[in-house]
Amino acid sequence: MKKLLLLLLLVVSPINAEIYNIDQLDLKNHQGKVVYLDFWASWCKPCQRSFPWMNSLLKKYPGEAFTILTINLDAESEAMHQFLAKVKADFDIYHDPSGQIAEQFKIEGMPTSYLIDASGKVVKKHIGFYTKQVDKYEREIEELL
Amino acid sequence: MKAKYKWLILCALLSANGCSSLGVKPWERETLAREDMLMEADALDLAFDEHIYFSKEASSGGQGFAGGGCGCN
Repeated sequence: MKKLLLLLLLVVSPINAEIYNIDQLDLKNHQGKVVYLDFWASWCKPCQRSFPWMNSLLKKYPGEAFTILTINLDAESEAMHQFLAKVKADFDIYHDPSGQIAEQFKIEGMPTSYLIDASGKVVKKHIGFYTKQVDKYEREIEELL
Repeated sequence: MKAKYKWLILCALLSANGCSSLGVKPWERETLAREDMLMEADALDLAFDEHIYFSKEASSGGQGFAGGGCGCN
């Protein structure tokens, strides 16, 4: 019954995102673009608050020069799917249930995001998401575009 | 006597090994971030306690994970 409900939620959900396995993530494929890389989990409230803003970023900076990649760190994929059934996501999601990439990036808090320039270099790191600092985040992206 | 010290040092080293992985990683806080995992169920009581710690001991936090466990507040 639970699985059926989840399936129903997925069918009627507003997901525009593609969900991939973390093994499919290769940042080299995105060189030449400014990448906003975000680590999130379904239970993290600030992560949820960042979603509408990240969706708006894609509308604000359309085209090939900018992209958003997100990494979900839920241990259970069901929690991620339930979250995505409620919260709209227009960007690609890579599921990292074991936290292998989070470990490599030495994540200190949730959410953590990285701004990566076109050459593939990490330029900025944000720990947490603060709606008051959205203008600052956007200025940092614009400086790289 | 020397052998006794050796054993003491060995025991100390072995027990220190237990500290090699302390705490949970930020992405493993799902359970800790749950509302029912808070130290205090009553919000007013929690705020009152926090105020006392802040004003008398100059410390704050540690009673739960503000903002759902982001570890950033």
